[in-house]
Amino acid sequence: MRGMTLIVRTVTSLVSAFILLYGIYIVLYGHLSPGGGFAGGVILACCVILLVLAFGKKFVDGLISERAPYLWDCLGALLFLAIALAGYYGGQFFYNFLVAPESHAAPVTAANVAGNYRLFSSGIILPCNIAIGIKVAACLFGVFAVLAVFRPMKTQEGETR
Amino acid sequence: MDISLALYLLIGFMIASALIAIEARDLLSAVVSVSAAGAGLSIIFLLLGALDLAIVQVVVEVISLIVLIRATVTRKDTTYDSRPNTFAVAGGLVFCALLCAACYWAFGGLVPFGTPKMTMGMPYLVNTFQRTGAPNAVAGIILDFRGYDTLGEATVIFVAIIGAYVLLRHVGRKPDARHDAHR
Amino acid sequence: MIPYFLAIVLLAVGVYAIACKRNLIKVIIGSMICEYAVNLFLILMGYRWTATGAPIRTPAMDKAAGSADVVQRAQHFANISVDALPQALILTSIVIGLGMTALLAAMAIRLHEKYGTFDVAEMRKLQG
Repeated sequence: MRGMTLIVRTVTSLVSAFILLYGIYIVLYGHLSPGGGFAGGVILACCVILLVLAFGKKFVDGLISERAPYLWDCLGALLFLAIALAGYYGGQFFYNFLVAPESHAAPVTAANVAGNYRLFSSGIILPCNIAIGIKVAACLFGVFAVLAVFRPMKTQEGETR
Repeated sequence: MDISLALYLLIGFMIASALIAIEARDLLSAVVSVSAAGAGLSIIFLLLGALDLAIVQVVVEVISLIVLIRATVTRKDTTYDSRPNTFAVAGGLVFCALLCAACYWAFGGLVPFGTPKMTMGMPYLVNTFQRTGAPNAVAGIILDFRGYDTLGEATVIFVAIIGAYVLLRHVGRKPDARHDAHR
Repeated sequence: MIPYFLAIVLLAVGVYAIACKRNLIKVIIGSMICEYAVNLFLILMGYRWTATGAPIRTPAMDKAAGSADVVQRAQHFANISVDALPQALILTSIVIGLGMTALLAAMAIRLHEKYGTFDVAEMRKLQG
């Protein structure tokens, strides 16, 4: 697959770092502002797809193997399952064991307030968002790679590119 | 603020783009029209107060556009060259009209638009911040109160993408030059 | 009732495309339209006229609640936000729809490579 023109390549090399940072921000702050693991993961996949589209197949030939997106996908899914099973430490499957135990009590009173609007104040939600972000980014980039990078496209005239 | 007018305009825009998408002869135009419908849906989500969904819908639309453009690189819809099957098309239209009529009759029993009952939604909204520590109620619901559903969804995505990998891999039936290029 | 009915009209357009079109790409487009229609219907069920915003709580909202009691603040937030439960369901549904579109496109590409066409009537005749 060929790359694109000089304008596209220059703008991509300037902008792709900001897109990556934005994707990471949306994954990490998913419990404080709109976003979360799914939106951030898809944005990260879009960033890598932009790099591959702008610079061509030679850019990724040495960098990623054919199995790399598949392995990161499985790693993200297993990490999510591991966090869910770690809830047994608190007593149930998927239990939020990092939040103070008083806040799980049934009546909501002033004594069992858990939140204070900070990054680490919401228990297992942050690690879960990170795991889902890794998983979704890897699987969507893997679908794009297997469609367009590892498989030559035949246009109508029969040429391969 | 009354959003009814903007809502009706946007839903009308979505229906128009959907009709253009399914009747266009050029496949690339059809794919771009359905992406316009998706963008309209994202603006509707923004109007109705669903900010997480608007972000996810826009970026998912971009990925679907890339995947479909890769699939339609041949670009020409050749099914219009032969005679259309009139009975099939007429039967389809009759069925769709019956669907709309049945739903119009059935929706008389729904609560009016804008006044939901929220028997399950109210306890979630009241208790999310205290029990999970997350100000974003949607994130608290999908990852704490209903985390098992999110695990099921991760599994479904995983299986769908593995299916796409299996369909598109190179395990060859005939030897050709593609195998040598990837060693 | 009118917004719900318009969402069902969109669903009917998608069902017509899946059932009556001979090109595989139009069938995939029809399934995407059906999925948009269902998500639209679900989110229309969750909207409230009396709500002022998304279900995301801010410290400014806490100050505007008027009292320092925790229960009062939570009730104030629940009164001014739209229903959050349909949004959680639709988030799942949108991402699964993307996986389904990718799988259908992969099938369409393989079929095109084998038969040389996207037309299902031609494929039925060729019987490869």
